Amino acid sequence: MYVAVKGGEAAIANSEMLLAETRRGDPALPEIGTAQIASQLSLAVDRVMTEGSLYDRELAALAIKQAQGDLLEAVFLLRAFRTTLPRFGASEPIDTARMVVRRRISATFKDVPGGQILGPSYDYTHRLLDFSLLATGGAPADAPRAPVDPGPMPHVLALLDREGLIEPERDSDAGAPVPDVTRDPTTFPTDRATRLQALARGDEGFLLALGYSVQRGYGRNHPFAGEIRLGEVEIEFTPEELGFPVTIGAATVTECEMVNQFKGSAKEPPQFTRGYGLAFGHSERKTMSMALVDRALRARELGEDVEAPAQDEEFVLYHADNVEASGFVQHLKLPHYVDFQSELVMIRGMRAAAAAGAPTAEPPLRVAVGED
Amino acid sequence: MDGYNFAYLDEQTKRMIRRALLKAVAIPGYQVPFASREMPLPYGWGTGGIQVTASIIGADDVLKVIDQGADDTTNAVSIRRFFARTAGVRTTERTAEATIVQTRHRIPEAPLRDDQIIVYQVPMPEPLRWLEARETETRKMHALAEYGVMHVKLYEDVARHGRIATAYDYPVMVSGRYLMRPSPIPKFDNPKMDRSPMLQLFGAGREKRIYAVPPYTTVRSLDFEDHPFDIQRWDQRCALCDAGDSFLDEVIVDDRGGRIFVCSDSD
Repeated sequence: MYVAVKGGEAAIANSEMLLAETRRGDPALPEIGTAQIASQLSLAVDRVMTEGSLYDRELAALAIKQAQGDLLEAVFLLRAFRTTLPRFGASEPIDTARMVVRRRISATFKDVPGGQILGPSYDYTHRLLDFSLLATGGAPADAPRAPVDPGPMPHVLALLDREGLIEPERDSDAGAPVPDVTRDPTTFPTDRATRLQALARGDEGFLLALGYSVQRGYGRNHPFAGEIRLGEVEIEFTPEELGFPVTIGAATVTECEMVNQFKGSAKEPPQFTRGYGLAFGHSERKTMSMALVDRALRARELGEDVEAPAQDEEFVLYHADNVEASGFVQHLKLPHYVDFQSELVMIRGMRAAAAAGAPTAEPPLRVAVGED
Repeated sequence: MDGYNFAYLDEQTKRMIRRALLKAVAIPGYQVPFASREMPLPYGWGTGGIQVTASIIGADDVLKVIDQGADDTTNAVSIRRFFARTAGVRTTERTAEATIVQTRHRIPEAPLRDDQIIVYQVPMPEPLRWLEARETETRKMHALAEYGVMHVKLYEDVARHGRIATAYDYPVMVSGRYLMRPSPIPKFDNPKMDRSPMLQLFGAGREKRIYAVPPYTTVRSLDFEDHPFDIQRWDQRCALCDAGDSFLDEVIVDDRGGRIFVCSDSD
């Protein structure tokens, strides 16, 4: 009859069919497989797993396929699936010192025990479009590999720790249950474990911009990349009936430890402080940004003035989640015509009063209290 | 639906939400934090209302879902379809037949009874948010019932515009204690909340808050003695049903500014 937004069930069904067609693209081309996505778009899969808070390459690849490569939509799909999964417990903390390292660099020392291992990285590639990739078929030549020492690889910051130059990593309450931001509403002020969880799920772009703002002087605390490492860690779980931890799998993670200056206070001598980042897969930009923001958010704990956006936990944590942000920004597409009508009625009334030259009403004198 | 619990949410989650609801009913107008789940529909599109409905709905319930007062707007259709799929419950477009009405932006024109529950979808639960951005501060202000800033805001409206320039989501005091956002309903609907026999539940999914107005609770729209609260009125009547006492939508019918007015409530 009259209004375009009053579509019905049929319109929605048709829209979803059109979407399926668009997603498939040109049917003359072979359909992309989730195994291809998982293997060849692995960094996209890593991001979706990290922000989706679910370590499953196949499902993340499926989400990317279903979302036509829109990574935020894929994160949303994965989260909506994750929320239906039963929880059977929390794993033991992963031990990244026992990581099977593929890449490990430190910007604070020229050489470190265990060595600097460049691994796979875009860092020193020249960003020239490689037109040979337009053609398909050829496999790249095997990359040479040196044997890696299978022993544990201690963290670089542990070396500083031994001298007391850096704040020790404190496990504030070892026996306390692990907080879960997906199961408990966040209340402020937050503890660091809660913040790190929220940051790990947070939007990479948002954290990147906040981390960048810290570097440019909004809440400045000069950082050094103490260590970034990428590799596989074992996941251990202690079943109640066994009483001791068993390995239930392995996960690829990226870890970033930032070293930051701290002048010291009346109570504490000058020492370096820490910022921490961890993400699934190979996610260096994310973990570095996360570490910068983690350190900035410790301002209150370290007695610094909270002045910059990156130091403000309410600002950061309320706005870091891209599933929440994307939903609320895009809800403006929903009909708002009742509210808009209300505004129309009001603004017409105000304009009519202005045109009639009616004097503005006297300001009110007393608040009506009523008999509630 | 295969693979999912009745009404999508698992029973533990429903129990958690019901506990929050009980607390909300016990403290009318107070915002209860709850562990909002990630729903398969986007935040900002009714996830709070959907979680509340999913936690209270039973197999015998009859559900009505409206958006802007209408059953046939796309989001209302989508949410109704969600419950038809996940709970298999009977749905209706008649207010009188429904046991639960989930709504966005309107209260039905037909008064609800004491055996009916209305579930509001809430985008921003905090009435003081535009005046104070910090949750830590606004919670303190509620604890101390320190609502002076809101009265100052309304006073400034009158001083500048000659009237209170808020047309929807008009702030209310619940049971004389908590300042509450009625969700973005037009202020036209505010009087329907006052001492109503219906149970009113509010769900804000993204902001993770639940609040409630129990039946027969006073809900007073803020005003001043010499500037009493007033609702919108139209010179026109509904072009379709000739109702003269309903909220009217303005519909532009041609490209020369021609327009008609019709009831926003499609029932």
